Amino acid sequence: MTDWPLLTITTFLPLVGALFILTIRHDKAEVVARNARNVALLTSLATFVVSLAVYGAFDPKIADFQLKETVAWFPGTTIAYTMGVDGISVWFVLLSTFLTPICILSSVGAVESRVKEYMVAFLVLETMMVGMFAALDLVLFYVFFEGVLIPMFIIIGVWGGQRRVYAAFKLFLYTLAGSVLMLVAMLAMYIEAHTTDIPTLMGHSFPQAMQVWLWLAFFASFAVKVPMWPVHTWLPDAHVEAPTAGSVILAGVLLKMGAYGFIRFSIPMFPEASVTFTPLIYTLSIVAVVYTSLVALVQEDMKKLIAYSSIAHMGFVTIGIFSMTTQGVEGALFQMLSHGVVSGALFLCVGVVYDRMHTREITRYGGLVERMPKYAVVFMLMTMASVGLPGTSGFVGEFLVLLGAFQVNTWVSAFAATGMVLGAAYMLLLYRRVVFGRMVREDLKTIVDMSPRELAVFAPLIVVVIWMGIYPPTFLDPMHASVAKLIDNYGLARAAADALTLAAR
Amino acid sequence: MMYVLAIFLPLLASLVAGLFGRTLGDRGAQIVTCGAVGTSALLSIPIFLTVAMEGHAVTITLLSWIQSGTVDVSWALKFDTLTAVMMIVVTWVSFMVHVYSVGYMSHDPSIPRFMSYLSLFTFAMLMLVTSDNLVQLFFGWEGVGVASYLLIGFWYEKPSACSAAIKAFLVNRVGDFGFALGIFGAYFLFDTVSFDVIFAVAPEKAAATVVFFGHEWHAITIVCLLLFVGAMGKSAQLGLHTWLPDAMEGPTPVSALIHAATMVTAGVFMVARMSPLFEYSATALMVVTVVGAATAFFAATVGCVQNDIKRVIAYSTCSQLGYMFFAIGVSAYQAAIFHLMTHAFFKALLFLGAGSVIHAMSDEQDIRRMGGIWRHVKVTWALMWIGSLALAGIPFFAGYYSKDVILEAAWAAGSPVGQMAYWLGIAAAFMTAFYSWRLLILVFHGKPRADERVMAHVHESPAVMIVPLLVLATGAVFAGWVGYELFVGHEQLHFWAGAIKNLPEHPALENVHHVPGWVALAPTVVAVSGITLAFIFYLVAPVLPGLLAKTFNGVYRFLLNKWYFDELYDVLFVRPAFRLGRGLWKGGDGALIDGVGPDGVAAATRVIAARVARAQSGYLYHYAFAMLIGVAAFVTWYMFNAR
Repeated sequence: MTDWPLLTITTFLPLVGALFILTIRHDKAEVVARNARNVALLTSLATFVVSLAVYGAFDPKIADFQLKETVAWFPGTTIAYTMGVDGISVWFVLLSTFLTPICILSSVGAVESRVKEYMVAFLVLETMMVGMFAALDLVLFYVFFEGVLIPMFIIIGVWGGQRRVYAAFKLFLYTLAGSVLMLVAMLAMYIEAHTTDIPTLMGHSFPQAMQVWLWLAFFASFAVKVPMWPVHTWLPDAHVEAPTAGSVILAGVLLKMGAYGFIRFSIPMFPEASVTFTPLIYTLSIVAVVYTSLVALVQEDMKKLIAYSSIAHMGFVTIGIFSMTTQGVEGALFQMLSHGVVSGALFLCVGVVYDRMHTREITRYGGLVERMPKYAVVFMLMTMASVGLPGTSGFVGEFLVLLGAFQVNTWVSAFAATGMVLGAAYMLLLYRRVVFGRMVREDLKTIVDMSPRELAVFAPLIVVVIWMGIYPPTFLDPMHASVAKLIDNYGLARAAADALTLAAR
Repeated sequence: MMYVLAIFLPLLASLVAGLFGRTLGDRGAQIVTCGAVGTSALLSIPIFLTVAMEGHAVTITLLSWIQSGTVDVSWALKFDTLTAVMMIVVTWVSFMVHVYSVGYMSHDPSIPRFMSYLSLFTFAMLMLVTSDNLVQLFFGWEGVGVASYLLIGFWYEKPSACSAAIKAFLVNRVGDFGFALGIFGAYFLFDTVSFDVIFAVAPEKAAATVVFFGHEWHAITIVCLLLFVGAMGKSAQLGLHTWLPDAMEGPTPVSALIHAATMVTAGVFMVARMSPLFEYSATALMVVTVVGAATAFFAATVGCVQNDIKRVIAYSTCSQLGYMFFAIGVSAYQAAIFHLMTHAFFKALLFLGAGSVIHAMSDEQDIRRMGGIWRHVKVTWALMWIGSLALAGIPFFAGYYSKDVILEAAWAAGSPVGQMAYWLGIAAAFMTAFYSWRLLILVFHGKPRADERVMAHVHESPAVMIVPLLVLATGAVFAGWVGYELFVGHEQLHFWAGAIKNLPEHPALENVHHVPGWVALAPTVVAVSGITLAFIFYLVAPVLPGLLAKTFNGVYRFLLNKWYFDELYDVLFVRPAFRLGRGLWKGGDGALIDGVGPDGVAAATRVIAARVARAQSGYLYHYAFAMLIGVAAFVTWYMFNAR
């Protein structure tokens, strides 16, 4: 069983499904749409099952990359098709394959035009995401990393809201500007180290002066993706305009790419530069937490509010990563997974009422609990997970991040912890304005509660949120070995650098 | 098994009633939740007997929770004397409130939801008191917070209830901010969050200092102070108390259970639990004393002028919590827990009694529109008297024992802050008696001030509401007398069996038995004078209060507006936060970042492109001219560089 190229199958199965969908032809548009939906759903479910097999074949005791597959790609160079996962990336592969079927299922009814193309876009997107997390070659990574943008750009630009073109271009140009710098850095790395193999590069020690520039170039790309303040403004626009499922993937997976990049590249490859720039990261993250929380407080658009809350939550993640403590890094990873599920669920919650009322304005709602008790319960649970209530997934990540940060820098931890208060403020206010209160608007009085299909969309998310909150070892245990290795190597590199500077004196 | 069952039955009931409420129906939900909590209450008795009376403390580890590096937290249930006492209080008061709610909420359209929330609260509270580490304590802590949020906002169509719910959650979160940092600090210092290890290591770390926030501090002091901030939030101490009076927006059984008897005492419980740590920080204890005494005094002054029956009792709760804290501050943790227990009984009794009054008065809550109804609700009236007697500390009622021992301990501590706490406590005791009888007289005695329609409806509550009151009244009468020897008397060392730690340097509780006679007598004397004053003001010469309020109008307004805390916070925090948010959004994100960044770049590109495009005019002579200039420039440059 383990001889199978599981990662390749996981990565490209959606693409096969997409090709299959392209062959669907029929006179009636509904038939095409229905078939496309079914194929997409089945494909993504099958992909999820295969990714579970990846998880099954994965040995949590090994810190190194596993399930490696290598095929020569460009003869004469070291550039190769190399795939593999460690205790860090395996979770993001699973997160991607877990969210995609949910997105596809949630799109029923929400997307009525060009369903075939929509489904193709989503499956291509899945391939790109999974490939990005599993790629172990610099060039391959770059291809997938940039490739993700294309279907996302199309999803927002075609199926988005009124200002969809503006948002799509903003997203694309913002992220591309950063990525170009990263490409330059990658070329420089290849010239310096003569390899594009990521595990080898992790062992290579770049000259200190070079590290600074490489770090900055990667930072330009990853900071936009996270997004970190002040390069975050594409996110609220993209979220607002994207269709619900697009928002789910955007918040659930795409935002994780930046933070994943920090863990995979910046810290192991440029440890000394990471030390130098840690104060910068802390500052930007704290500003992100406080600033965006305050901005979220005054939003009038539900999606924009949740988008801003995402930025604040990702601020926790970057703090955790750069605290470089076991708790900080594991907390950050956990927070990323949790945020992927919770923010995805919150966007779906917005989608549920948007599908009915076709507005995201908070003031157009109120008193939904009267007619939608099931919805109220789900929304409440996700709100609580978002504010980090113990017993839900949100708490574990936040707690570990702050605990880790506290060991390194008490100020950082204290400032970031204000997010606990502010986060509760905007989420509860949102919930109150949408769900509680008296139902006064006439057009709301006929609104119907969630359908069985919608419940089916939420059920897995609810299970995961509570599972992660009550029994996080399932998720934390496989991370331990890889995170320990990351931190050890980082410590060694730092020690070596310190020794070098001492000797130079 | 019995232990686990006692904790998890309420959770089970809550889930069943919450998720299947519609299938079960109102009656079914009531049976399930009352049955589960009742079973828990019954189980808590054998648990109390084994754990506290026979001294068999146990810890049951259920499941691993958070493991990361050296952090290792498990779901575990710890039962020692402190837990056992809290369990008795929580389960029994909760059970009584559950039963009472069957009657009180009978006209409400969403009974299963209410019962589910109540049981959920009970579960969270039990998790809180049985925790064996700081993180699980935090779980229970936040859990009760959410339950309280849900229950305050139970009538979600009322805007005031929604605001009060959010306010409660947020003010508590401010406290939790401190609590969380306290947990991190404790982990930083001890490398663990487990109580047993922390307590064992604490003596070694007594002199340790750490650099926190760029300053060198006595390590244990800073941890204790941070934890205390959490306690202040949950237990509504001065500064973070503003949510408690507003929380009275919730249904009255909720006020009785959560905002009087159990949840608000969680802060007291937590600090008592952490006594092996607080004992090593004289500074932290001093802060606790000062805050507690100030709260006791402050809340009592406000309680004297409020007109809403529930708010009077709410401020009274706030004040009594202040007593508990300054007892802790002088190292009389046992006395604090003793008062916590007696207070739970008589305060729940008062609240449920108030609920019974409100029920009888067709939902009227303003005591200025009540009066003279005692003939119609004799049982409620008698029970309210018992509750008030206990609250005021009239001899041989429960409050007498616990409040006296607190005041004596404060005096016996022999420290300046102890003295201050004693006198503020005496002053508060006077006011407590005064406002309790002000309330009793205005509600039950004198001439009826309600309109005839309401008066015609005044009726005694049904048995399902009265029986719980009777049970609680039994507690309010006998709890002090029964518990005295065990909690604070000669058997205390044996009873607590190490659950609470007292250093030999802090002998306040020992010295209680050797205070001068007048110290012990003073609380009773001021209580009786307070009652007398209330009788004079509201029965003998009812013109006096109005006259007084007119003469000292400034003071009266200051008290009536609760020392203007809400207004202050609104100006200091709430409005600036929104203004700042709007400014950052429109100014920061909109004008600055987008204006200079993407939109600015895009606009600049367009402008430049337009200008460049203009150069491509299509006229040959334009191009020829440009070429000439170019050639000239090149030649010039070449000539200058050739040399």
